Order: sequence, then structure tokens, then C-alpha cells
Amino acid sequence: MSTPALQDPARRTPASQHSLGIKPPPAPEAIGGQVTLSIDGQEIKVPLGTTILEAATKMGIHIPTLCHHPDLCVAGVCRVCSVEVEGMRTLQAACAFPVTAPIKVKTHTQKVRTARRHIVDLLLSDHYGECYACRRNNNCELQSLAREHGVDFFRFGHPVKPAHEIDGSSYSVVRDLNKCVLCRRCVRTCIDLQEVGTIEVVGRSDRSHIKPFLDKPLGEVVCINCGQCINRCPTGALHAQDYTDEVWAAIDNPAKHVVIQTAPSPRAAIGECFGLPAGQALTFELNTALRRAGFDRVFDTNFSADLTIMEEGTELLLRLKKALLLREPAAFPQFTSCSPGWVKFLEHFYPEYIPNLSTAKSPQQMFGAVIKTYYAEKHGIDPKDIVTVALMPCSAKKFECNRPEMDSSGFKDVDYGLTTRELAKMIHEAGIDLPRMPKSDFDAPFGTATGSGVIFGATGGVMEAALRTVIELVTGKKVEDLFEHADIKPVRGFEGVRYVELPITEVGPVPEILAHLFPHWAFLKGQTLKLAVAHGTANAKKVMEDIKRGGPMSKCHFIEFMGCPGGCIGGGGQPIPTSPEIREARARAIYAEDSAYAVRKSHENPDIGRIYQEFLKEGPCGHRSHELLHTHYTVRGKYIE
Amino acid sequence: MLMTERDRVAGEIKNLADRLGHNRTALMPILQEVKAKYHRVDSYAMQVIADELGIHPVEVYSTSSFYAFLGDRPQGKFVIRLCRTISCDMEGKNRVARQLENDLGIAFGETTRDGKFTLEWANCMGMCDQGPAMLVNDKVFTKVTPERVHAILEDCRKVFGQHATERKEVHLA
Amino acid sequence: MSQLPTFTSMKAEDGLRKALGMPRPDLIAEISASGLKGRGGAGFPTGVKWNFAAAAKADRKYVVCNADEGEPGTFKDRVILQDHADLVFEGMTIAGKAIGAKEGILFLRGEYTYLKTHLEEALARRREAKLLGKEILGQDFNFDIRIFMGSGAYICGEETALIECLEGFRGEPRNRPPFPVNTGFLDRPTVVNNVETLAWAACILQKGSDWFKSVGTEKSTGIKIFSVSGDCAKPGVYEFPLGITVKDLLQQVGGAGAQAVQMGGASGLCVPASEFGRQIAFEDIPTGGSVIVFGPQRDMLDVLHNFLEFFVDESCGQCTPCRLGNRKLLEGVEMLKAGACSMAYLQELCALGESMQLASKCGLGQSSPNAFLSVMKHFRAEFMGRTHGFVNA
Repeated sequence: MSTPALQDPARRTPASQHSLGIKPPPAPEAIGGQVTLSIDGQEIKVPLGTTILEAATKMGIHIPTLCHHPDLCVAGVCRVCSVEVEGMRTLQAACAFPVTAPIKVKTHTQKVRTARRHIVDLLLSDHYGECYACRRNNNCELQSLAREHGVDFFRFGHPVKPAHEIDGSSYSVVRDLNKCVLCRRCVRTCIDLQEVGTIEVVGRSDRSHIKPFLDKPLGEVVCINCGQCINRCPTGALHAQDYTDEVWAAIDNPAKHVVIQTAPSPRAAIGECFGLPAGQALTFELNTALRRAGFDRVFDTNFSADLTIMEEGTELLLRLKKALLLREPAAFPQFTSCSPGWVKFLEHFYPEYIPNLSTAKSPQQMFGAVIKTYYAEKHGIDPKDIVTVALMPCSAKKFECNRPEMDSSGFKDVDYGLTTRELAKMIHEAGIDLPRMPKSDFDAPFGTATGSGVIFGATGGVMEAALRTVIELVTGKKVEDLFEHADIKPVRGFEGVRYVELPITEVGPVPEILAHLFPHWAFLKGQTLKLAVAHGTANAKKVMEDIKRGGPMSKCHFIEFMGCPGGCIGGGGQPIPTSPEIREARARAIYAEDSAYAVRKSHENPDIGRIYQEFLKEGPCGHRSHELLHTHYTVRGKYIE
Repeated sequence: MLMTERDRVAGEIKNLADRLGHNRTALMPILQEVKAKYHRVDSYAMQVIADELGIHPVEVYSTSSFYAFLGDRPQGKFVIRLCRTISCDMEGKNRVARQLENDLGIAFGETTRDGKFTLEWANCMGMCDQGPAMLVNDKVFTKVTPERVHAILEDCRKVFGQHATERKEVHLA
Repeated sequence: MSQLPTFTSMKAEDGLRKALGMPRPDLIAEISASGLKGRGGAGFPTGVKWNFAAAAKADRKYVVCNADEGEPGTFKDRVILQDHADLVFEGMTIAGKAIGAKEGILFLRGEYTYLKTHLEEALARRREAKLLGKEILGQDFNFDIRIFMGSGAYICGEETALIECLEGFRGEPRNRPPFPVNTGFLDRPTVVNNVETLAWAACILQKGSDWFKSVGTEKSTGIKIFSVSGDCAKPGVYEFPLGITVKDLLQQVGGAGAQAVQMGGASGLCVPASEFGRQIAFEDIPTGGSVIVFGPQRDMLDVLHNFLEFFVDESCGQCTPCRLGNRKLLEGVEMLKAGACSMAYLQELCALGESMQLASKCGLGQSSPNAFLSVMKHFRAEFMGRTHGFVNA
């Protein structure tokens, strides 16, 4: 059941931005052999091809970096990591120098110190703005470099006027080229990591800048709003659209009933904005903090995640019924639609596959629609006075809630999407010490959530949650009988694309909630569900290209796609910095939370049962569900005028 | 049915890619040919090129913006590039430059309103022993004096007049 | 001059015939024995380069002729391509044989488009004569050459930037290592040689390494082609043995009385009259062959201003020291011209220049401060405390 090998799309990134020229660095065991080098007089043995920077890090020797990022290929453009290699006339970039011979490296000679200082001075001479008037104050790599290198005056001057207009045309990402240091991390993110290709270096020499196609505003070009560029920007040149003022204004307005839903990923990461190490979820502390900040109700997005599973799972079963029982054409594989970055990616690059996208809205949007209808009705609040805020790990959610079709409640379903970083800012502003808050629960009527909702935050989570429900609804057996502790481990992990086959050997009776849709499950008996998971749009692209070729992925029934590497825990609204280790820690926190829940399957959530009894009376995928919880998509294509 | 201009450009780019390869190594020659023929590589052409080569439009834009002879700005039928580097500078390129500006009525970096001439600076073009040097499209002129500028421009205008209806005249070899 | 190893007497073909009859190691050994060093200016031993590429294992290899002659004051490659194209193509073919390549690419700068027809014709003639194509001269050796046009970027003269351009990317130099001889064009071992280097290689195969190294110095063998321009009576292309002093060179080109000479183009050194006794050779004043003569009437700040404008425009812009450093040096020269630069700031700029030499990613940024530093070293006294609009009398 191993993942089939997928063809890599054609190489498209500048070779100069790849380590070792073009190829990815070969695995140490592939080249074999070790080499001993000395750094500042200490010796270390490393696999051939290890960079000086990697070797130094192993030894605990700090070499400053700027253009280097653990998620990205080598660039070697900022030159801040310059070191002296004995016998070489010029300094070498430690991040880009693969060790293949026993060299002697010195990391802080006078030449090195002067050169680094000059580089930082030069960067500052081209970097407009003051640190105290910058949202990256205290979390800026340029600022840290200046501090580390003892910058106490602007040796080569400092701009007094901005040279570029701020581009705020996108709902999600704001570009401020005045602060750009041309490290190209965003370019490598957008082109290599995400395969979206929104921004590149344009122009030459000191007139080169990072720009979208034809220097158009970001809001007018092909951009999926994933915000991965923001997460990797070392300075304040890229940041998310900030809606905190609007949210504060709603809170301050006594006529408004302000509710916030919080997604699991921000809760697992927000502690990082308060000095905690990655991997400590503050879910229940956050509830208290949000109430103290002034939100009227605090809800758990997990509720609507469970609702999503019910709707999307039913949709999958309906497609299977159509294909296997009614023998009618049905669009397979079904694609998940929770990730707005992925959805827009598909709308741009593979619009012909829109029928494959689940029509179920994302949990954020489902919740918005439910709050302004079901909740408003139940509590006698006029929906026009309700302001729904969503705490999301995501910059694309800001775009999603502004999609014109997202108004099925009769109002804008979700008024504001806040990122983890924005909410942390609000909490700081309110003087609340988040990690020390007492814990408190979510508000009714969506107080119970399940572990299935929590794991939506990690890549593979939606698949796992869907499987927990679909398996039980179809087979009548417990997931625990198939997978220990109901942990469906084959779909977990950080492998770019994962593939799972699940044979359905026996079927049970159709549960009541679905009885009106399915006469029996016999059509599923003996079938093997083929499932795949992909995260990061570069991996999504691989899967889509395979589907177009009619490869193994085209035989799948259901594929989970997440726009961001690692899934939502690595979202573009999450705390900065990000790295594979940080994302792993956040995922651990999420799975730990899942384990601790009493109810771990969406269909067992009593609040879900209630909403189908009281409100969505025709059951999943019924008329009202379709009206409120499902949506349609836009063929965007990749050509722009 | 008449083919639209866009279809024509797209068809030509496709043919070029068929000949030169549907991969990135074909990018420079394609850009060069499109530029030579249409005097610019517009937004649509860039997107078609990207599609044919399997890369992103912004990469085409980025690459073409790097090279002085490419870029997305429309240019005149005659692109005049005057060398500004040291040897030509010492031989008096400033006076030639002034005369070019006067005779064309535009500044460097601009195109005449009739779309006939674009005036640009060039960095050293390897005619240092015969400066001031300038290129008119692919043709090189050496030891240019301010007095000669007028005659050179007149010759261009003549060529233009003769082939006014043709799209590609003195450009490609 | 007939016994001197010059170009003038040379004709192509004999060298290739000889090369095809030699085992590859002997062929490379002949080039190595000649002491031929890269004529583009970097001075890397050609034999060593070929040897690396020959030793690299790959399904394909490439020979690239670097005709992106863009260094200010350099035009000898244009003349070689005009008058001795066959020697260049023969050198490429020999290099192909030496390293085991089947494909050669001539990277011709866009400014030389007018040479393209002439070169295509030369290639066609060689194919006709069985000097290119399949089974060259009836031997089991296939090799062909195509021309690739540049599009106006000085930096593409840097070999890895040139390869990026060939691959359809921005001409931005790559990180080294790995070197092109291992990982070059399309990931394959690639030899990138200057036009003149390849032409000499053809000559060396024809006449032998002893003929080539009969002139020059121990470390800088052979004749070098010079491009001479500026304030001299006879600008043009010259053949001089390496090791010639600046003074002797000036004598021959009618440049006596110069206050300074820029050796090696804008990225080279500015040699003041007091140092005209120095030798032009890789061990003393290295050069790609550009000689720009500055008469006594020239304001060296104007010269420097022109050079730095050139570098600011032609820097690829990827690495910090070069992208922003050249701009700062240019602004410094503007301050000096306006008489508004303090000695302390000038010293900062000189230190910055040294940092750029050390920390820039490629040869452009590493050498662009050379002129600034040498002019500041030799002519500083003339610049300080100038008032605005000063013109050297």
C-alpha cells in the first residue's frame, strides 16, 4: 500500500537557487563517505556534501543567515553567512558551500566581521522604516542581524522616504517593498515550495524588486492567498491584511453580538507568540482570554469541522452510490474543499476539475452560516447584529470569507477572518497574559467538539476524520476494531503525498440519519476505497498532473488536499518563524488533543445530532444543508488580462 | 473566419516552441524572435510562452526584465542604442546623444509617438576603438558624429517608407 | 614577426586533423604543456579545465564558447570572430574531442548580432567540409555547433550566469562549487572557454605547445590579443607577448604621455604612470586584454563615475554587496565630484570596496571595486576638497 511514485513536474526554479547547482543535495548515504572539517579550530566529521552552515549548526557554532530558510533550497544571495575558508581568496557563503574536502573554516575573523557588518549596513541603507513602527518589531531577522552585529548608526545612510507604494489590493497578503531585503525567500516559497508562481524577481541590479506578473497589484494576479511567503519573510515586507481594528470596533459597539470561532491550529500555535515553545496548545486558556478581550461568545470550529465531515462524507457516499449502484457518471476522485488556498489553486490551474471538488463549504464558512441562522434563531438575536469572527491559521480564509457567494445566511456568513498573529496582537494589546489564563470551556450550543475536528489542523486530518465516520456509518463496526485507538496512522505524517487503500469487506445497516439517502450499503461491499492525502500545492500539483495523465491517483475515490505544507498547522497566518520542526511540534499538540477528547468521531458529536434534528431536518446533503452548507466554485483559469 | 491577432501570436509561439523545444531552454530564443517581429512581448504573449514551456508567466516576465534587449515595453521599429561606456564616452558620445534627442524629439528610454524610433543607452558594445558607436537594430555604426546622426535617421526613415506595410523589415538576419 | 606564435599566420584545419589522431589524454596534455590560461581574464589553466570535464562522467557534455564580450574596452573577440572564426570553431571542436562532448554552443552577445550571418556561413562551410557534423574527417567523432544569442547582459560573461541564460533563466551567477566542469549546462559537465582561448587551443594543436610558449613569461605563456582604446594614436587590436610592460605597450600604440591606463577593463586595475614599468601577465597585472589609455587631460573621477554607472547597471542584483555596494561607491564618486565627501566617509567606502571584493557572489562584484580602490589609492590627493564643477585643467 505504498504511495505510487509520481513524476516530478519539470524543473522550473532558477538553478542558482538550488543547492549544488541543480539537483537537490544527494542523500549522504548516496554519496557515501564522510569528511572531517575544522570550524574555528574544532573538528567535526560530516557526510560529504554537508554545507558549512549545517556542520557549524551541528557543532553549536552560530553563523548568521538571512536568505537561508530550512524549508527552501539554497540561494546564497544575501552573503551574510560569509566565512573564511583557508586557501580561498574570497569569503564563502556558508549556506551554499558543500564540504567535499577537509577544509579549515573560520567564522569570525576580522575580514568576516567587517564584511558581514558592511552587508548589514548596506541592507539597512535600502530598508525604509523604523523598527518601532513595524509589525515585525522584535520578530525580524534584519533587526536581529543589526543587533548581533552591533549596528549603532547608519553607516551608508537610511532612506527617509518610502520608494514604493504599499500594495494592499489582496484580501490576504500585503506587500511593502520598502522593507524588502531581496532575500528571495518569498520567491522560492511561491515557485518551489508552492508551485504557484505569483512573484519573481523583476528587473536587474539595484532596480530589481520582487513583483507579480507585469507589476500588477497582487489582488489582480494569480495568487492563492496561502500566505506561505509571509511566513518566510524575514522582515515586514510581507504581512497579512489586518482586520483587528474592525474587530475591536465591533467589540466596542454594544449593539453588536460578537462571536468568535477558533480553529485548532491557531490554538496549538498561539503560545509561540507569548514566548512558549512550539507544541503547547492553549485551547482553553484562549477561551478565557477571548472573553476577557470582549468577545460575547467563543465557539469551537471543531463543531463545524464535524459538520463538514457529515456533509462531505455523505457527499462521498452519494457519489459512490451514483457510480456503483445507479451506474451513472460521478466525478471521482472527490477532492476536499476545506482549504481555501487549495480551492483557489484548483480554480486557477485545474478548473476542469471543479466538479471533483466537494461542494461542502469549509468549516469556517459553515460555522458562519450556522451562527447567523440556527444560532440567531435559537437565541433570538437578529443576525444583522451578529458579527462573526474566525480565528484561523490562514491568510486565504480572509479571501474565502469575502467570496461573494458566501452569504447564504442572508448576510456575510463570516465577517472577519483573523490570523493567529492578529489575535495574538489583540491579546497583547488587551494586556492579557495568555499562557497564565485559567481554562474555560466553549460556549453552548456548540460546546462539544470531537477529536475528529481537532485533527483537521494537520495534513491527513480531514481524511482521518472522514474515515472514522464513514467506516462506522458503513460497516457498523467500531474504527477501533480496525485501527488501534482509532488512530488511522497510515494517513498521518509529513510525506508530501500519501496513499491508502481501505477494503470494505463487510457492510452494516444504513444508520437512521442516512436512511433516506441510501437503501442499503450492498453496493460498497467488496469495494476497496482508494484514498490519498497531499499537502502544499506543489504536491497537489503532482497529484493533479498524475490524475490528468490517468495515473494511479486518478483511480482514487477521495483525496485530501491542503494548500499549506503540513496542513493548517503550517498555515500562512501562523506565528513566524516556521520550520519542519515547528510544524511537527504543532502537529503533536493537535494529535495529543485528539487523544484526550472523550468523543472522537464527528457523527457521535451530540451537538451535531441536535442540529440535524432541530434545524437541518432533511439530514446531511438535504435541501437546507445545500442552501447553507454547500457552495459552488468559479472557473478562474490562469490567464489574466 | 478571420484569425484574431491573439490567435496569430499564439500560433506563432506554438510553432516556435515546437521547433525550439517545450522547455525553458527555448525561452530566450522565443523571446528574441517575438520581440524582433512584434517589437514587444506583451502580456498575452508572455502567458502563451509560459504555457508552452510549462513555466509561470511571472518567470517569463522576470527573465525578460533581466535583459536589456528584452523587457515588456513596446519599442519602435528602429531601436537606436548609443554606447555610453568609457571609450565612447571619451570620444564624445554626449554630443551624439544630444543630437539624437534633438533630431528625434525624445529622450533616452523613450519611443517616438509614431512608433518608429526608440532611443536607448547601451553599455560597452565592443567598438571601443571606433567610438562613439551605436546600434540601429542589429546594424552597427562607428565613429558617429553629431552631423552624421541626421543622415542615419533619414536612411532609417527611407527603409521604413519603402516597407511600411511589412511587419518585419531590417530586423532578423 | 613570422617566428612569433601569432594569429595572423594561422589557418584552421591542421589542428583538428592532428587532434583527432591523438588519444584524449595526449590532447589535453598538449594544451596543459602550453601553459594556456583563460584569455577572458580569469586566467584559469585551460588544460586543467578540460581535464576536469573529461574526467566527469555523464551522458552528455557541452563545449561553450563565451563570446559575450562585454568588458568595457574589450573588442578583440569581435575581431577574432570576424577574421578567424574558423580557428574558434576548430578550437571548440578540439575541446569537444578532448572532453567527449558532441555539442558546442557559441554564446554570442546580442550586440554582435550583425556577426551572426557570417558565423552561420562559416559553420555551414565547415559542415560541408566534414569539419563539423557526423564522422568528422571520416573519423568516429561527431560534433556540431550552434549559435545562441545573448540579449544584453554583461553578467552573462560570467560562466555560470551564461549557463543560466542558456537554460532560459535570468543571467544570475550560481553558487560555486559545484563548478560547470561537473555541473554545467542542463546539469552536464560543461567547458566554458573564451573565444580567444579556443582559437589559441586550435593553434597550439597545430604548432605544438613549444611554439606557443616560446614567448611570454614562465607563468603567463604565449601571445595575448589586446584591445586598445582611449587616448592613444593607434587604437585597435594588437598581439603582444604576455609579460610586456605597460610602458612598452603604450609606446607601440602611441599612448605615451598617458596619466594612467585601465588594464583589464572596468573590472580591472587602474595603473598610474608611476607603475608603467609593471608587467602585463597573470602574476603581475592580470588582464582579459582591455587597455584603456587616459591622457593627462582626463578627470579620473569622470572615468570612475562612468565605470561605476556601468556596474550599477550591469550588476545582476542578486547578492547584497554588489547590488547595493556599487550604488554606494557611485554615490561616493558623485559626492567627491561635488566636493562633498569627508575623508572619513571615503575611508568607509574603501573598506566597503574591500568587503565587496571578499564577499560578493561572483567575479563582477568581486572586481567592480577594483577601479574605485586603485583610483582612490593613486589619485586621492586630486579629489579631496574639490569644489563643485571642478574641471581638471
